[in-house]
Amino acid sequence: MAKLHITTSINGEATEFLCEPHETLLDVLRNDLQMTGTKEGCGSGDCGACSVTVDGRLTCACLVLGVEAAGREIGTIEGIGSSDKLSVIQEKFLEHAALQCGICTPGLVVSTQALLEQNPNPTEAEARYFLAGNLCRCTGYDKIIRAVLDAAATMRGAA
Amino acid sequence: MSEAREFKYIGQSTIRPDGFDKVTGRANYGADLSLPGMIWGKILRSPHAHAIIKRLDTSRAEAFPGVLAVATHSDFPSVTDQAIESGEGSLTLLDLARNVLAKDKVLYHGHAIVAIAAKTSAIAEQALALIDIEYEVLKPVMDVREAMAAGAPILHPDMFTQGLAEKPTTASNVATRLEYKMGDIEAGFKDADVVVEREFYTPTAHQGYIEPHACTVRFEKDGQSMIWCSTQGHFDVRASTAKLLAMDLGKLKVIASEIGGGFGGKTTVYLEPVALILSRKSGRPVKMIMDRDEVFKATGPGSATRSWVKIGARKDGTITAMQGRLAYEAGAFKGSPVMMGCMTAFTPYAVSNMYIEGFDVVVNKAKVAAYRAPGAPQAEFAVEMLVNELAVKLDRDPIDLRLQNAAQEGTQTIYGPKFKRVGLVECLEAARDSKHYQQALAANQGRGVAAGFWFNVGGQSSVHINMNPDGTGTIVEGSPDIGGSRASMQMMAAEAMGIEPGRLKPIIGDTENVAFSAGTGGSRTTFATGMAVIEAAEDVVAQMKQRAASMWNVTAEQVEWVDGVALNTAGEDRLSLAEICAGADRTGGQISGRGNINARGAGPSFAVHLCDVEVDKDTGKVDVVRYTAVQDAGKAIHPKYVEGQYQGGAVQGIGWALNEEYIYSADGLLENAGFLDYRIPVASDLPMIDAIIVEVPNNFHPYGVRGVGESGIIPPLAAVGYAVENAIGVPVTDLPLSPPRVFNLIQGKG
Repeated sequence: MAKLHITTSINGEATEFLCEPHETLLDVLRNDLQMTGTKEGCGSGDCGACSVTVDGRLTCACLVLGVEAAGREIGTIEGIGSSDKLSVIQEKFLEHAALQCGICTPGLVVSTQALLEQNPNPTEAEARYFLAGNLCRCTGYDKIIRAVLDAAATMRGAA
Repeated sequence: MSEAREFKYIGQSTIRPDGFDKVTGRANYGADLSLPGMIWGKILRSPHAHAIIKRLDTSRAEAFPGVLAVATHSDFPSVTDQAIESGEGSLTLLDLARNVLAKDKVLYHGHAIVAIAAKTSAIAEQALALIDIEYEVLKPVMDVREAMAAGAPILHPDMFTQGLAEKPTTASNVATRLEYKMGDIEAGFKDADVVVEREFYTPTAHQGYIEPHACTVRFEKDGQSMIWCSTQGHFDVRASTAKLLAMDLGKLKVIASEIGGGFGGKTTVYLEPVALILSRKSGRPVKMIMDRDEVFKATGPGSATRSWVKIGARKDGTITAMQGRLAYEAGAFKGSPVMMGCMTAFTPYAVSNMYIEGFDVVVNKAKVAAYRAPGAPQAEFAVEMLVNELAVKLDRDPIDLRLQNAAQEGTQTIYGPKFKRVGLVECLEAARDSKHYQQALAANQGRGVAAGFWFNVGGQSSVHINMNPDGTGTIVEGSPDIGGSRASMQMMAAEAMGIEPGRLKPIIGDTENVAFSAGTGGSRTTFATGMAVIEAAEDVVAQMKQRAASMWNVTAEQVEWVDGVALNTAGEDRLSLAEICAGADRTGGQISGRGNINARGAGPSFAVHLCDVEVDKDTGKVDVVRYTAVQDAGKAIHPKYVEGQYQGGAVQGIGWALNEEYIYSADGLLENAGFLDYRIPVASDLPMIDAIIVEVPNNFHPYGVRGVGESGIIPPLAAVGYAVENAIGVPVTDLPLSPPRVFNLIQGKG
């Protein structure tokens, strides 16, 4: 089957790629663009490890086709923080030891950023429900929720 | 070690050295490596739970454009029935080969049969559909009761029960019967005023790591073959794969990628030997990644169990007898952790008369793998539920009753040794004195208390520390870092050397650049690999002192080492570690320290959990409203990651108690092989988990460490289970306590 030529923007950078019509955005990111920061845990939208944003909306990259990225603005973990400065969310995850194995962490960082953009002052319950689509098997979520609430407070203070 | 010891770095919560890579997505996990010319492997899996393969023809698939290799069981060199070391589980080589690619018979839904490598994974998937295969479908055996019943379908016609008084003449699904005993069990029950007994069931539950199994491999005929994979023990992957493919260990390099969770489930091989066969046949690097449904269907869940337990006590609360009978599912091949169940079940208690027997039973489910404290949660669930019932019958506080009977230093265990110093009493006291335990329950709420015991293991660890000319260094260890252990290694080495932790970078060496190290399992890494790190760091310090002595023309004994600085006791001279490193070229070459050990003296870690639940009596839904995990760490090297182990273990156990179970059709097909239907706890299911670190030092570790990874998953099953029983006033016997089950219990239809 002929590959399709797609023009999109990833983390603000104009990007072109060729993909098969059946390939997911997750496949394209990981296998064609070598952007492996977005992880695959289930391929069915149940675990949130592949959380990205499409035109600012939080989405599982495994549930979007690569061709659907055409003309959209895609945001991934590679667009958060820079090599010399982590984002507040990333710093708080490290400070609170809110990761153990770390496979869910990129997705959680992307989801937390989406949460705090929508709701800069979430309650614990709001944070727990917003992040309920991001599975973590290691931490029991306690330190993740503490990191998220601390990041929110810090970002409100900094704003 | 002295309990009053002051530490400079140990006990702080530093930022983990691999943290930056983990929060930015730069860390490379099992599926993240691609190689030039790489192709993709996929596996055809059994659609039946139990069937004979009558005919298998892969010729149409092999001819499909883009297919580069096909592998079946016949590609293995002849394998014998020898036992192999495979992490925490046990398996023979023949069973491992038959599990990795089925031979003649499929034994569970999802059992691997044929692997295909093709230019793309889509082509490989299409080619799987071209494999011609005919089955003779057999009746599956899905539960220990069915499997042990007379006339049950037999999975392995050549398997005869081991451990019986008389050698059996007919094949059986019971691989092994074993027993442990102490004292006189009948006399113990005669001495009892109160006796409680009950039968319990725990379901098949999966470790549920978020990262699926994945590997990228390259076979090189003359040189070094390479495996990159997500594993808890890359030396075990090397040993298993080399044996399966009749290779020398020296011809196979295994690199442990970052690992996205394991909990025991990544202590064996599934894809790696298959991928290496495909690479050998195709001449290309091969990548294989399991889909999530393959992870659920074909990788090790924990054993489902049926257990019967009976406990007797005097009116004064003294437990006089504990008896049990445990039957554990091994899955398709023998090797359940029932022995560990028998060894741990009663071990929190100092009781003179104990008797327990265990049965290792094969059924048509995936071969079980180690799951965090393998075998212990199921057995201790049964015992802890009954100890809570006993407390009610004796009108005693459940913590107080446990304190009266608690195992402590000198207590004889059923499995052999007497306890050295252990911290169960301290954990019980901390739980009793916690704010949680003082809080009153509201309507429809119930409270459960449970203790948990796990041995912890030591074993072989190898470490070297290479110092650089600027005084920084690299700690090369062989234990995959599954939960932040690099941070602990860095702190222990820094403590021993007296330099800032940030000067040392811990890395996980591959099988070629560090000597053999046992896998990350058995809560051994911070304990055993930590001991090797300390030994290597002390070796560095000894060499630093020698170098300084040679510069000063004194003996090494005249040099003191204080906070990373050599001091000449015979004069005023001082040289920092960095200065000695900078001058190493003039004093005999660069400095590296070594610590290759076989660690003994792993101290058990006891845990005590408190759980409050609220039950919606109209729906049977259970919410955990308050939870406290108390556990003995010996010495917490990095307290936040220690708390994280307690909290994570507690929540995994809460999931096991409330929701998680494999659901099978009448034909033995797994119906919930995905995270939507096999529901692990999500953030909105839970409250904060209070973690209380108790520190009763383990005198066999230089800093007092006890492993903390596993004990925390043991108490939740009964802490949650009894909290529900307490809330609804109906005895609980079966897990999980999902809404339909709890609703039926409330309605009296249990």
